[in-house]
Amino acid sequence: MTINHYIFLSVALFCIGIIGVLTRRNVIIIFMCIELMFNAVNLLLVAFSKMHYLAASVVDPATTAGTDGQLFVFFIMVVAAAEVSVGLAIIVMMYRNTHSIDASFLNRLKH
Amino acid sequence: MSTLVYLVPLFPLIGFLINGLGRKRLSKSLTGIIGSGVILASFIVSLILFFDVKAGHAGVVKLFDFISIGKLDIPFAFQVDQLSSIFLLIITGVGFLIHVYSTAYMHEENSDHYARYFAYLNLFIFSMLLLVLGANYLIMFIGWEGVGLCSYLLIGYWFKNNDYTNAAKKAFIMNRIGDFGFLLAAFWIIQQFGSLNFADVFSNASGMQMNDKVLVGITLLLFLGATGKSAQIPLYTWLPDAMAGPTPVSALIHAATMVTAGIYMIARSNILYTLAPTTQGVVAVIGLATAILAATIAIKQNDIKKVLAYSTVSQLGYMFLGLGVGAYTGAVFHVMTHAFFKALLFLGAGSVIHAMHHEQDIRKMGGLKKALPVTHITFLIGCIAIAGIPPLSGFFSKDEILAAAFSASTVYWVIGVLGAVMTAFYMFRLYATTFLGKFRGTHEQEHHLHESPKAMTIPLIVLAILAAISGFIGVPAVLGGSHELEHFLAPVFAGSVKLQHPHEINHNTEYMLMGASVALAAIAILYAVSRFSKKPELNDAGGFGKVLENKWYIDELYDAVIVKPLRGISAFLNNVVERLGIDGVVNGVGRIVHYGSRQLRLLQSGQVGAYILIMVVAALALFIIQLFVL
Repeated sequence: MTINHYIFLSVALFCIGIIGVLTRRNVIIIFMCIELMFNAVNLLLVAFSKMHYLAASVVDPATTAGTDGQLFVFFIMVVAAAEVSVGLAIIVMMYRNTHSIDASFLNRLKH
Repeated sequence: MSTLVYLVPLFPLIGFLINGLGRKRLSKSLTGIIGSGVILASFIVSLILFFDVKAGHAGVVKLFDFISIGKLDIPFAFQVDQLSSIFLLIITGVGFLIHVYSTAYMHEENSDHYARYFAYLNLFIFSMLLLVLGANYLIMFIGWEGVGLCSYLLIGYWFKNNDYTNAAKKAFIMNRIGDFGFLLAAFWIIQQFGSLNFADVFSNASGMQMNDKVLVGITLLLFLGATGKSAQIPLYTWLPDAMAGPTPVSALIHAATMVTAGIYMIARSNILYTLAPTTQGVVAVIGLATAILAATIAIKQNDIKKVLAYSTVSQLGYMFLGLGVGAYTGAVFHVMTHAFFKALLFLGAGSVIHAMHHEQDIRKMGGLKKALPVTHITFLIGCIAIAGIPPLSGFFSKDEILAAAFSASTVYWVIGVLGAVMTAFYMFRLYATTFLGKFRGTHEQEHHLHESPKAMTIPLIVLAILAAISGFIGVPAVLGGSHELEHFLAPVFAGSVKLQHPHEINHNTEYMLMGASVALAAIAILYAVSRFSKKPELNDAGGFGKVLENKWYIDELYDAVIVKPLRGISAFLNNVVERLGIDGVVNGVGRIVHYGSRQLRLLQSGQVGAYILIMVVAALALFIIQLFVL
C-alpha cells in the first residue's frame, strides 16, 4: 500500500461527496455527503502523517514528526460532531416549518 | 457724559423688541406710545450729547471688543463728534415727529400690523443710529445693511400687493449692488491700512500722495456704495418705486435719513476723497447728472409721491455735487435742511392722501387749500424752502453748494442753477395742481375732505418752523452771518480744508450768483403757479413730455440691457447646464449603479445547488491556477 492508494481513495471519496452535494436535493443526503468530504480529508491527513513519520524515523527512531496531522484529525472530528448537531437542528427546524427536507424549497429569501 | 452714547441706539432697539414681540398683545395706543417714546428718549440723550460735544468733549467711546484677529482689531466703538451728533439730532428729531405722525396716519391698520409697523420703524432708527455712530467701517456697515433691510421691510409693508413686494425687492437688490462696493472697499482698506477704525485709516491716509491709485480705487468703491444707498445714477431707480411703502416711511427713510447715509459716509471719509480728486470729479459729475435727470423726470410726474421722490433724488444729487467740489459742510447743511423740508413735504403729501382716501394722482385733486388749511400752509413753506427762496432754509444750503460749485467750475454752476430752476418749477406745479384751482375728485371724496388730526398737523407745523428757520445756522459771511455750522463742524473737516486751496469768490460775484439763482427760481415759481392753478395738465403728455413722464425709459432700458440678458443666461443655465449637465451626471451615476445591481442580482437565485456549484467551480479554478499557472 503506497501513499498513492490512499490519495486515490481520498480523492474518490471527496468527489463522491461533491457530486452528491451538487446533485441531490435531499438535505440529509447533502449533509451526509459533506461528512463524506470531511472524512476524505481526514483520511488524507492520517495517511500523510504516517508517511512523514516513517520517513523521519529512519534517521531518528525517537522522532515525533507527522503526529500533528493525526492530532488535526481529532480536532476535525470534534468540530464535525459539533457541526452535525447544529446542522441536524437546522434540518429539524426546516422540516417543522416546511414539512419538507428539500433544499430547493429554501429559495424564498430571494423575494 | 459721552459714555451715555450707548443709550441712543439702545432705546429704539428696546422699542423694536417690545413692539415686535408683543404685537399680538399690545393695544394700538400702547404701541404708539412705546414706539414714539423710545425715539423721544433717544432724542433727549442726543441733545445731551450734542451740547456735550459743543462744549468740546468729542471722542470715541469703546463698548467692547468686537473682532480681534491677529493684528486686525475692530472694537465695537461709537464715534461721538460734531458730525455724528448733528446726524443724531436729525435722525431722532425728525424720526420722533414722523413716529407721532404715524400714530394717526396708520390708525386704520389692525393692532397686529400696527405694532409690526412701529417695530420696523424702531429697528430702522436703531440701524441708522448704528450707521452714524460707528467708529469704524464695520459698525457703519452693520447699520448700512440694517437700514437696507428695514427699507425692504417697510416698502413691502403692505405685502399682499404684488407690486409693492416687487418694489421692495427692487430696492433691496439695488442696495445690495451698492453694498457690494462698500464691502470691497472695506476689505481693501483692511489690506491697505490694516485697520477699519476711522481714526487709524484717516491718519494713515493723510500721509499718502494725492490721487494715489489705491485711494482712488477705495473711494470709488465707497462711492458705489453711496450711489446705491443714496439713489444716484446708476442705482437711483429704486427710490421712486419705494413710494409703495406708507407715506411716513417715505418721509423718514426715503427723504430724511436713510438716503443721506451715502452723504454721511463720504463726509465722514472726507479726507480720503480730498486726497483723490479724480473720484471727487466723478462724484460731482454723477451728482450733477442725477440732479438734472431726476428734476426733468419730476416735471412730468402725476403721482404726488413720485414728484417728491424724484425731487429727493435730485436734491441728493446736489449734496453729492457739494461733496464732489469739496463743500463738505455745504453737503451736510443741505442734508439737514433737506431732512426738514422733505420730511415736511412728504408728511404734507401724506396728509393730502389721507384726506383724499388714498388717492395719489394730483390730476384728481385741486382746490384743497380750503379744506386742508394747515396742510396747505405747511406744504407751501416746504415748497418755498426747497425752491431756494430766501430766507427759508433751502436757500442757504443750496446756495452754499452752488457757490462752491461755481468756484470749481462755471459749468457746474450753470447746470446746478438749471436744476434749481426746474426744482422750483415742478414743486410749484405740484403745489398749484394740488391746492389751487377747482376740486376735480368725486363728490364722495369732496364730501369727506377733512383736515388731518392733531397728531398729524403738529409734526407738520414743527417741521415747517424748522424748514423755515434752520437755514440761519449757516448764514454765510457774505450775508453778514458767521456760519455757525461751519465752525461747529470744522474739526471733522479740518484735514480736508488744509489740503484744499479754495479760491475765494469776491462778494460781488457771490451776490450776483445768488441773485441770479433766486430770480430764476422766482420766475419759475410764478410761471408754474399762473399756468397750473387755472389749467392743470389733465391729459397724458405727448411728444417729449411722454419721454419724461416715462422717466426717460430708464427702467425699460435697465430691463432690456440687464434684466432680460440675466434672465436669458439663467434660463440657459437652468435648462441646459443644470438639467442636462449636472442632473445628467448625478442621475447617470444612479442609473449605472441601478443597472449593475440588476445584473448582479441574477446571481442570487436562492438555489443552494447553484451556490455550491459556483463555489466548487471557483475552488477548482483556484486549484488549477495554483497548479498550472503559477
